[in-house]
Amino acid sequence: MVISKAAQAGSSETSDILIMVSPNPDGGIKLELDSKKVILKQFGKQIEKVIREKIAEMGVKDIMVIAKDNGALDYTIRARVQAAIERAI
Amino acid sequence: MRQYRKSILFVSGNSPKMLQDAPVFGSDGIVLDLEEAVAPEEKDSARLLVKEALRFFDYSDMDVIVRINSLSSGFGEKDIELIARERPFALMVPKASAEQIAQIENKLDQVEKEEGIPAGSIKLIPVIETAYALQYVHQIVTSSPRITGAFLNAEGLTADFGMQRTKEGEEILYARSRVVVACRAEKLNAIDTPFMDSDDYEGLEKDCYKARNMGFTGKAAIDGRQIDTIHRFFS
Repeated sequence: MVISKAAQAGSSETSDILIMVSPNPDGGIKLELDSKKVILKQFGKQIEKVIREKIAEMGVKDIMVIAKDNGALDYTIRARVQAAIERAI
Repeated sequence: MRQYRKSILFVSGNSPKMLQDAPVFGSDGIVLDLEEAVAPEEKDSARLLVKEALRFFDYSDMDVIVRINSLSSGFGEKDIELIARERPFALMVPKASAEQIAQIENKLDQVEKEEGIPAGSIKLIPVIETAYALQYVHQIVTSSPRITGAFLNAEGLTADFGMQRTKEGEEILYARSRVVVACRAEKLNAIDTPFMDSDDYEGLEKDCYKARNMGFTGKAAIDGRQIDTIHRFFS
């Protein structure tokens, strides 16, 4: 699956996450995660893992992802990543 | 009759917070809304969020109902294709007609077969919210064995008639009566329209009293704080 344009899904509301995706001209997966410091410290790796798993599940190889988290649970992260990627292909 | 007979709580299918909080209010059923509560440009995202929520949360204490979009909207078929596979208790069908129910039933037959879900196990709840649906309400509620009840949406109905909606609800007296008779005659749940002012508890009590005395089995809520009051009136 090839990312052909920039797209986003989700929101900045509580318990949600805003996922912005775009093509990565350098190739591979580049991920930038933004959240409250305490969240990043406690759950940063888990959030990244969920995002990367969904990207892999969808067969995307080259992508830039910016994720702005507002306390989203795993199910929300999965849904928003999928929506953003589907909008970007 | 099914458990959701007393109360159903509507939550936006595109709000993670509402999807997470919904179970705490103790309603008999929750309606994850993909229709009115979701803007057209967010339908795809909400559909995926509801699918993931159905996999993630334990909603086993309540009937999970998903209000899909109508087939004529262009979103409804995709809603069924994705959501039915997660085995919700029922799909709520907006702008109901017997023809649309038949089309949805065919689609559900196909999905149930593909997924190994027992045939006919996903139920349907038609929304009575148009003059057409009100006229043919008995025909609609008897159009499929999957139908377990009907929901009167007075906001939609009064908009269809061009009427002004009031808290007293005199303008929907005939509609309420017609929906109750059709459902009661077939031993189906009859769910009354929600009371739209979630801060007016006295108004909600009066509305519940009226709906119960007309024969509704339960009432919809737009705010979790309305559930306790609704449960005091319906049993």
